Parts: sequence; C-alpha cells; structure tokens
Amino acid sequence: METRPVVLIEADGLYKAFGTTRAVDGVSLSVRAGEAFGLVGPDGAGKTTTLRLLVGALRADRGRVAVNGFDLASQVDQARTGIGYLAQRFSLYGDLTVVENLRFFGQVRGLSDAAVERRARELLDFVGLGGFEARRADRLSGGMKQKLGLACALIHEPRVLLLDEPTGGVDPVTRQDFWQLLIRVLGRGTAVIVTTPYMDEAARCHRIGFMAGGRVLVEGAPRELTHRLAGLVLELGAEPRNRARAIASQDPDVLDVQTFGDRLHLRVRAAAGVLERLPLALSAQGIVVERLRPVAPQLEDVFIALLQEHNRAAEAGLQ
Amino acid sequence: MITRLWSLIRKEFIQIVRDPRTLAITFFMPVVQMLLLGYSATNDVRNVPLAVWDQSRSAESRQLLDAYRAADYFRITHEVEGEAAIRDLIDQGSIRAAIIVPPDYAEALARGEVAQVAFVIDGSDPTIAGTALSAATLIGQARSTAIMAERLAARGQAGALRTAIDVRTQVLFNPDLISAYYMVPALVGLILQFLTIVLTSGAIVRERERGTIEQLIVTPIRSWELVVGKLTPYVFIAFFDSLEVLVVGRLLFDVPINGSLLLLLSLTALFLVTTLGLGLLISTLANTQQEATITSIFFNLPAIFLSGFFYPLAAMPPLLQWLSYLIPLRYFLVVVRGITLKGVGLEALWFEVVALAVFAVVIMGSAALRFRKRLD
Repeated sequence: METRPVVLIEADGLYKAFGTTRAVDGVSLSVRAGEAFGLVGPDGAGKTTTLRLLVGALRADRGRVAVNGFDLASQVDQARTGIGYLAQRFSLYGDLTVVENLRFFGQVRGLSDAAVERRARELLDFVGLGGFEARRADRLSGGMKQKLGLACALIHEPRVLLLDEPTGGVDPVTRQDFWQLLIRVLGRGTAVIVTTPYMDEAARCHRIGFMAGGRVLVEGAPRELTHRLAGLVLELGAEPRNRARAIASQDPDVLDVQTFGDRLHLRVRAAAGVLERLPLALSAQGIVVERLRPVAPQLEDVFIALLQEHNRAAEAGLQ
Repeated sequence: MITRLWSLIRKEFIQIVRDPRTLAITFFMPVVQMLLLGYSATNDVRNVPLAVWDQSRSAESRQLLDAYRAADYFRITHEVEGEAAIRDLIDQGSIRAAIIVPPDYAEALARGEVAQVAFVIDGSDPTIAGTALSAATLIGQARSTAIMAERLAARGQAGALRTAIDVRTQVLFNPDLISAYYMVPALVGLILQFLTIVLTSGAIVRERERGTIEQLIVTPIRSWELVVGKLTPYVFIAFFDSLEVLVVGRLLFDVPINGSLLLLLSLTALFLVTTLGLGLLISTLANTQQEATITSIFFNLPAIFLSGFFYPLAAMPPLLQWLSYLIPLRYFLVVVRGITLKGVGLEALWFEVVALAVFAVVIMGSAALRFRKRLD
C-alpha cells in the first residue's frame, strides 16, 4: 500500500510582512510528486519570499507548510530532509572546488563518505560537470554555476526541489539544458517549484501560479490560463504601426495593445465589434491593414491582463 | 552531528588557507607588531640630545658638564652661544634640552654662594620632558652634594655631611625597567582581541554577504553547530599566534615567562571565549564584511586604550577607570603580565579570572542567543 502522500509540498495561508509591507499575503499552494509548479509575476511580487517561507529560511507570521507530510515548524528536521533548494543568487562557496562544494553539502546533510562520493560522481555526470571537479566554483561560467547549484541541491535526493530563478542571466542553450535536467528530475517523482521571469519557461510547468502584491492571483495549467482569454486576443498587422496602435487604443472595446514583433496584440472586451469597426477606422486614416484576426492567447497576454486588473484594483483600493 | 561539525570546520580551514592575504596578516601581524612595539614604542628615554651654553668656561663648569655627560640620559650634541641659538635648535628638533651656565658660575661657587644654572627642556613630548626634567635635577643635586662635601673637607670637616634619609630602591621583576618585558606579553592580549574579533565577525558575515547562509539554512545544521564550526579554526589560529608572540618575544627581546605556561594558556582560552563572543555578537549586527570590520575597529580602539595597554589605568580619570572594568582585555592584561613577569599563580589573579569568566558567560551567551540560523 502506498503510504507516501502524493502531495509533497503544501502551504496554507502563508503570511509574511516586513515592516508595513505585506510581502506574502495569504499564499496557499500544493504540489504533487512529479509535478512542476511555476511561480511567475513581476519583481517584488513576493516570489522569492514565498520560496524562503517554504524552505524555512524565513519564519512565516501566519500559515503553515508541510513537506513530505512533515510540518515545517514542528518537525523541521524531517521536513528539511526532503527539501532541496537553489537560491536566486549564486550561493555556493566560490573558493571551494566543484567537488568540495558537493562534498560539503553532502556531509552537512549527514551522508556517509561513501554515499557522498557516489552521489557526487552521479550528479557531476548528470549535470555535465564531469572533468571540472577540481575547478574553483567562482571560476565556472554562469550556466555551470547554476548546474553545480542544482547538483548541490540534489545531493541528498530530496523529494521536493525549490528553485529561485535558476536560469536568470543564463544563455538560451544552457537554459534548454537546465530544463532537460529538470524534466529528468521530475521523471523520478520529485515535486518542483520554480520561480521564473520567462514565459516560455512558465509554459513548461504543469501548473502556474501568477503572483502580484504578495498574492497568487490565479493558478492553473498554462492551457487553462490562456483559455480564459480565448477569442479575446486579436492580432493586427498594419503599417505604419505606431499610428495603427494609437487608433486601435481608442476603440471602446480594446482594453490593451501590446507589440509582439511586427504585430500588435489587442486584448478586447468583445471581438465582434472590433473586427467590424477597426479596419474601417484604420483605412479611413490611410493605414494599410494586412490582417486582423483572433489568435490563440499567449501566457504573456494572460499575465499582462491579470497585472493590469490587479494594478487597477490596487489603485481603486487606495482611493 | 560530529560529521556535520567536522565538515564545517574542514570547509572553514580550506577557505582560510585559500585566502593568502588574510593568512599572511594572521601570521605576520603579531611579529610585525612586536618588532614595532619592542623597538620603537619604548618609554626608555636615553641619549636626549642636549645643547650647552657654557659662559663660565671654567674648571668648575667643565666638572658640572662632565657630570651630565657621564649619565647616559643626555648626549651633548651642540655647543652654542646665546639663547636664540638654543631656541632655534629646539624649534628644529635638533635638541630636546639645553643647559646654560652663567658667566659667574665659578666665582659664585668660590664665594660660597648658591650658583645658578638654567636648564631648558622641550616639553612637546611629555615622556621625554619628564625623564629629562628629573634626570637634570638629580644630576644637579648630586653635583651640589659633591661640592658641599668638598667644601666641608677643605674646612677639615670631612664626614660631617651625612644624608638624613637614604632611600634604597629595589625594583622587583624587571630591575632594568625594560619596556619590552612589559609590552610584549601584553601584545598577546592585544593581538588575540584584535584578530579574533575581526576574523570571526568577518567569517560569519561573509556567509550572509555571499548568500551561502541561505544554502546552509535549509540543511539540518543547528545554529550552535554553525557557531562552533565557524569559531573553532580561529581558536587554533589564536593559540598559534599567542605562542608565536611568546616565542619570538623570548628570542628577540629575552622576555621571560616566569610563571606557569599551562596556566597562561588556560586563561588565554577563557579570554578567547569573550573575544570570540564579541566577534559573534558583531556578526549578528553587521550585514556586510565591511560593516563588520568597521564595527570591530570601532570597538577595538577604545577597548585597547581603556585596557591599560599603552597607559597605566591608575593615571586615568575615575570615569575612564570605571569604564575600563567593562573591557575584558583589561583583566587579561593583568593576567598575562602577572604570569610572565611576576610569575604569579591563580591565588594572585582570582579577581581577574572571575571577571573574565563572568564576561565569557555573558558575552558568549547573549551572542549565541542573538545568533539565528535564519534570514530575518
């Protein structure tokens, strides 16, 4: 009989204030084995603080966290045994070599010498740092540092892995590599929580929580989230683009205009009226309309929409 | 637990060894400081440059000047004519004192009158001026006594001159009054305090500054294990430096260790608990290594002046004397000077030992309470 809980990390009503700033304001989430949960949101949304509360680096003012079924406050050792954590900043010892870092984090996790050596070997191969054992960590490239960080976070085979913007400042090829590693980690039944500013990375997660102002505004699978805007995003190709943009913004049903490459994305209240009115309005001003049609919404459209709603609500709240 | 502690200590040692600059400071600073203090910062005033304006130019005046020449307090470097020349030489710093013998010196003596001699001293350095002043007076009085004895002898009353009081001085422990014997052992205390506070507060804050503390927090390491693991390497360094100072002091300056070395090292360990505690306390107040260093220096400088290292505590105003009781180094200096110089044991040092023990418990206790293995 399977006794392990399928939900590996669960947070309920987390609240943390710094002075008068509510950094995390009632965050609840749960992540199952083999599931990748992405926390996305603008800078200052509370993503990093949430992660720090989840690993116990900060103590929550209210709320509770359970890892692998153990309460983080009362059963901290058992809970932490199950946690692997990679902080946003490079936080390994730069003056220690690659293998010394791995050994140190293995030993402080209580692994035997034999286990440390075996795991270090496996992980160096796994993240592709074989051959760099003797190099000092501060002489590694940005991507290699992150891979070493991942290896150190995995040394004790945690069931829950939390990564804070692991691919920040890393080139696209290395980002791709890094995600391939994460997919293999997920395949072993690990639950992963990752914060990211990149929408393409968010789209790779099984579920996404969009954070702003310390709250998770919406949560769901990427497809569920984009589905909310189905039919409400129009793609407009028109020249000259700047004038087209100005005219489109004036349409009463257009909520927001974003530039995507050489196209404009219009988020609309209702598509039908815009599709009728806008080509006429543009032609009348001598603007050549190449195309105007509904497109499948991107995650980015969803987040911009959510953020604008959130900011409007926040302003209304202040007044 | 032992594995965790050991891995922390080993990691810290690797980091210390890989930081050659700090390593060099750690091992060379004690010797450099000792050389500086042993050779330059000495209170032993000798060979004060002296100018002479002998207007008498008589056998009597030469006898007087010979008396000054004979004592090694002064070295006659200039023979001048006129007060202006003396002022110039003092202004230039070429001489520290001048003696003026008036033209009628020999005649006054011959008439049996009181012959006056002027002695001018540059008071800008109080230590030199003080020594020169008392030496000048003493040499003059000795010459005066000798002349009176000659006069009495000439009248056939030799032996009639007897001093009423004969003060026989006996200087214990350091009969030649060599500064190094006093300063070098105290340097053990000074270096221990300075080095351990700066190094330990820096080493702990570095974990926070570089973000490595965030990675340590999620491991099962306990707060006290982290503290002990971080401090242990510096205990070894501190003992090494203490022995280094004592050995080099012995070789270069013949500084004796008259008491028990074992007792000295045991009480050094007690003192270390207070300084390591201060380093830990500072690390809980500072966010960057720079802040930690500045806070350490901010504490160290007044502490050193109030410890009685440079200036005797008894000479300080009462308020400063009271403040000095708050400085652990004060007690340790009494301990280290007492054991090395006087060769005393616990029976003479119990007050200092009790005070150090109280400070050790209070400082280390409050530092450990403040130290949290968390980010907030």
